[in-house]
Amino acid sequence: MTPLFDIGVAVARIAVFFAFVLGLVVVMTWVERKGAAYMQDRRGPNRARILGLTLGGVFHPLADALKFLFKEDFIPDNAHRFFYQLAPMFALAPAILTIAVVPFGPPVTIAGKTIALQIADLNVGILYLFAISGMAVYGVVLAGWSSNSKYPLLGGLRSASQMISYEVSMGLSIMGMLMVFQSVRLSEIVLGQGELLFGILPKWGVVVQPLGFVLFLTALYAEANRTPFDLPEGESELVAGYHTEYASFKFSMFMMAEYIHLVVGSAILATLFFGGWQFPYLADKGFLFPGGISVALPAAAVLVLRIGSFIGKTVFFCWLYVWVRWTVPRFRYDQVMRLGWKVMLPLSLLNIFVTGLVLLLIDKGGF
Amino acid sequence: MTIGVKKVARPERMSFGESLYLLEIMKGLAVTMGHFLHNIAHNKEIPTIEYPEVRRVMPARFRGCHRLMKRPNGAPRCVACYMCATACPAKCITIVAGESPDPGVEKYPVRFDIDMLRCVFCGQCVEACPCDAIRMDTGWYTPPEDTREKLIYTIDGLLEK
Repeated sequence: MTPLFDIGVAVARIAVFFAFVLGLVVVMTWVERKGAAYMQDRRGPNRARILGLTLGGVFHPLADALKFLFKEDFIPDNAHRFFYQLAPMFALAPAILTIAVVPFGPPVTIAGKTIALQIADLNVGILYLFAISGMAVYGVVLAGWSSNSKYPLLGGLRSASQMISYEVSMGLSIMGMLMVFQSVRLSEIVLGQGELLFGILPKWGVVVQPLGFVLFLTALYAEANRTPFDLPEGESELVAGYHTEYASFKFSMFMMAEYIHLVVGSAILATLFFGGWQFPYLADKGFLFPGGISVALPAAAVLVLRIGSFIGKTVFFCWLYVWVRWTVPRFRYDQVMRLGWKVMLPLSLLNIFVTGLVLLLIDKGGF
Repeated sequence: MTIGVKKVARPERMSFGESLYLLEIMKGLAVTMGHFLHNIAHNKEIPTIEYPEVRRVMPARFRGCHRLMKRPNGAPRCVACYMCATACPAKCITIVAGESPDPGVEKYPVRFDIDMLRCVFCGQCVEACPCDAIRMDTGWYTPPEDTREKLIYTIDGLLEK
């Protein structure tokens, strides 16, 4: 009975969170196109219809998927066949793997057992995240190289240098968080963010590490190849960058990988810097406001509020990705490199130094 | 929202706030969000024309697809004089003349084909016509077709327009 229960819980957690992420991916492709259109005073997709209903073009992702499925699965003559076919898998797999460590809700107790609402509560948490997301660059580089074509090659090269440059400051920008919360385990970081700072502010990552947040956000955009750092794709100069030679479902795998990065990136931003599933001033029994006012709530309501808070934050950051994409123009290549090495790196080192100093002073001062 | 040209002043040197970049991004985000919300609230004001259903109304002197005029009795007004075919710089008009059954008219076009794939819409044929038989006032530009044959307009179609 018990092993069966455990397996059931594990499968259910994976199924639910995976469905959530993929569902959000599908919705985001629509949100991106529609959001872009409305920001640019256009109408956006509104043609795909089912039973005469267009509903603002929400059926377009469905139409896209169907189209990709029925397109010819084309392989260029001079491409390296093995690596060419391997590249989309290498792009998609790490993107999906990263969702494993994101806690999407507080631990719940079912039948006397405490179940973490997280696919795997790894003790290496963030390190796993960086290790896996660092592998995403292989897919892009492989695609660029194995296509045997100049634009994909340039896209792959740019992507390699860009992702490696920003990986450095991304890792360092998170260091301050680890120092404050004394853990790399994501569930503990989220738990730590439930406390109050000076008894008023929620101790969210963005409050204790504002500079770290800005640096991490920027590095995350660069890692996900999103505008203003979408040089690997660079439509106006590289056709479509590393996936120029890809068609059919292989192309859509690259596209899906990009959007899963977007969704997972948003979930990680919410988890690390905005308290994950923590709802401001919401304790296990109900609201506890700083003035001593408390509102009791049933446990189920608390759970729903917390999971809803996580989803809300994730959706907001997904929207921020889209919003920024249609606002900020693409950087020039040397500007990207200068920002990465000459601005982000020193700032993230400074952030670590200041955080360490403040922690030391608090420790010595006995605050 | 109306589309217009906006002059943006570009200072020689950026101020400290501008060189920080983040503040300027915030301003940019406010602008795009403004457009986004405005377009959601005033959906009807988006200048997009929903093309196949709604067509742009062309100005009165727009040179569109050709049409051939008819006499009051329904016969083509064209007398197959070849003036338009001669004037055509793209050589897209093919006329085969025949003897008209009407005793008052000498010739009429047995065939009158316009190859729309070659036509440059210059209007020389309309200028050249001595009896105002060909006009380009339909207000239509060439619609897309899936074969080349459909884009060679024959006399029947041209008379119907």
